[in-house]
Amino acid sequence: MAEPLLRVRDLRTYFYTENGVARAVDGVSFDIGAGETVGLVGESGCGKSVTALSLLRLIRPPGRIESGSEIQFDSKNLVTVDEGFMRSVRGARISMVFQEPMTALNPVFTIGDQIAEVVRVHHGGSKREAWDRAVQMLETVGIASPAQRAHEYPHQLSGGMRQRVVIAMALVMNPALVIADEPTTALDVTIQAQILELLRELQQKFGTSILLITHDLGVVAESASRVIVMYGGEIVEEAPVVELFATAHHPYTEGLLNAMPHVGQQRDRLATIPGSVPPPTAWPQGCRFHDRCSYAWDRCATEHPPLYQIGVGHVSRCHLAEEPERRVAVAERRSA
Amino acid sequence: MNSARPLPDSSKTLFQRLRAHRSARWALVVIALLVVAAIFGPMIMGSTGIEQLDIVGLKSAPPSWKYPFGTDQFSRNLLARVLAGARVSLAVATLAVLTSVTIGTGFGLVSGYVGGRADAAMMRLLDAFLSIPRVLLLIAVLSLWSPVRLPGLILLLGVTGWFGLSRLVRAETIAARRLDYVEAARALGVPDWRIMWRHLLPNVATPVIVSATLAVGNVIALEAGLAYLGIGARDPTPSWGAIFQNAIPYVAAGSWWMLLFPGLAIVITVLAFNVLGDALRDILDPRQLHGSTSAPPSVSILSGMETLKNG
Repeated sequence: MAEPLLRVRDLRTYFYTENGVARAVDGVSFDIGAGETVGLVGESGCGKSVTALSLLRLIRPPGRIESGSEIQFDSKNLVTVDEGFMRSVRGARISMVFQEPMTALNPVFTIGDQIAEVVRVHHGGSKREAWDRAVQMLETVGIASPAQRAHEYPHQLSGGMRQRVVIAMALVMNPALVIADEPTTALDVTIQAQILELLRELQQKFGTSILLITHDLGVVAESASRVIVMYGGEIVEEAPVVELFATAHHPYTEGLLNAMPHVGQQRDRLATIPGSVPPPTAWPQGCRFHDRCSYAWDRCATEHPPLYQIGVGHVSRCHLAEEPERRVAVAERRSA
Repeated sequence: MNSARPLPDSSKTLFQRLRAHRSARWALVVIALLVVAAIFGPMIMGSTGIEQLDIVGLKSAPPSWKYPFGTDQFSRNLLARVLAGARVSLAVATLAVLTSVTIGTGFGLVSGYVGGRADAAMMRLLDAFLSIPRVLLLIAVLSLWSPVRLPGLILLLGVTGWFGLSRLVRAETIAARRLDYVEAARALGVPDWRIMWRHLLPNVATPVIVSATLAVGNVIALEAGLAYLGIGARDPTPSWGAIFQNAIPYVAAGSWWMLLFPGLAIVITVLAFNVLGDALRDILDPRQLHGSTSAPPSVSILSGMETLKNG
């Protein structure tokens, strides 16, 4: 495989709070290739958003990216470069699409002005040029009569339109990587499909890589080629998207898949995963998922599982990889 | 919670809303008259009240048609002096407040935006400043630096008046910093100073405008007080405080007009600015009235207390 666009190694982001050290991201490693879409999936509090913010080094005190963490991009380690260089990366080489199109735009400036600001910050040039570029970008993201729309304020636009504007802001400098943090969660289902379609189109057009952060496996199935599942601040499973949906290995991934509604399925209630994500100040000993896992046995409570190789490009942080007979036993007990 | 007052109608401009507010309307009229009088009064009078008209014949003359406010012990026309004093007092107060608003807003924005250790250090510094009584500090400095000229006085009033405002701005900045569009601007590489100027400043404008308005009245009263103690603007510079202070020995001799007119000018002006400041708060910051709906109560109470401290 060619050198990946982004290579994250042992990323650890800790928050030093009064209640102790919160290990929000605790030793995460993954690659993103050029032009690839990778889905990052997990419940609230599993560390996926902190991972995203860490990539852009937007972690605020008391949070800190621990030394030894590595984010290789453009043959530099973004953890150690100076702030000025980092600022030139943000928005120009790596940018971000935020979740809430209602609040991700400043209500007191026109949308054209806000897109032009990004151009001016990175590119310099005249106001006129930046404005023209903004109008052009509005057209690219599918906004009709962009020259007029550019003069409008966020409150004059619908949610879907605003998300298009947010995407225009993120893509106006043609970055190599876009981090999309729940880009469709706040939108209607029909609009969601349009926005995902737009992201796909733009990706093909510009060859952008996308890190798609979501809790919605449906969105991942539709857009990503590879999926990373996070739990308790670590990666618990990583697999090509088709393989993940066909043969999920980690019980947590299994739980997430079971919690998805399926068309044509007769079921009164959706399955849930019992309990909730433990606080990051006190991850459980052993496997961090063991107290919510229906397969867990004594080994899980004491021994922290490594990432086991399951298949090609498929890893899972679960001892079942070594003792697969236990899965069968539990399944039999359940059906009995 | 229901409240008798309707929420402000955002379709109206600030000026329209001020005009619709009963007490604000009066305060605006009074302040407009004062400003017009300060600018054009001395021109129309053709005098800045320094001339001694007739040291014998017009010494301490009571109000008359020709001299509506009377004259002082040096036969100077008090109407001309009070009008010229409006210039001095309003200019000193406005410029001093501009100075303190600039420093206070800058300090608060930086402190709130940067956060962490720098913020903690800046806040402890502010605590230290706040623990010094402003009037005592001014008296101490002015008694060493005497006679002080107007630019010096403006500077002194300005640099001692921003502490409370700065805290308020910091609190608002910390709230605004978490807004998605501020985070988004950071994620897109917008430099810090630009984020503060473009995205944060508009968010802190409301408390700044309110406390600046209240501060103008406050500084006019403070300047008068300093002049009364004989350490502010001094005769012959006709600030209201100086005119007032100058009159004191003659009141016992029956020259009531020397004290009444500058005194009235001070009271009316301070009142007008306080009323306007309160009205602006009603209009701009509905949280103060509808405490439970749009903001956590702690924020409203805190900003209310801060303004009390300032105002």
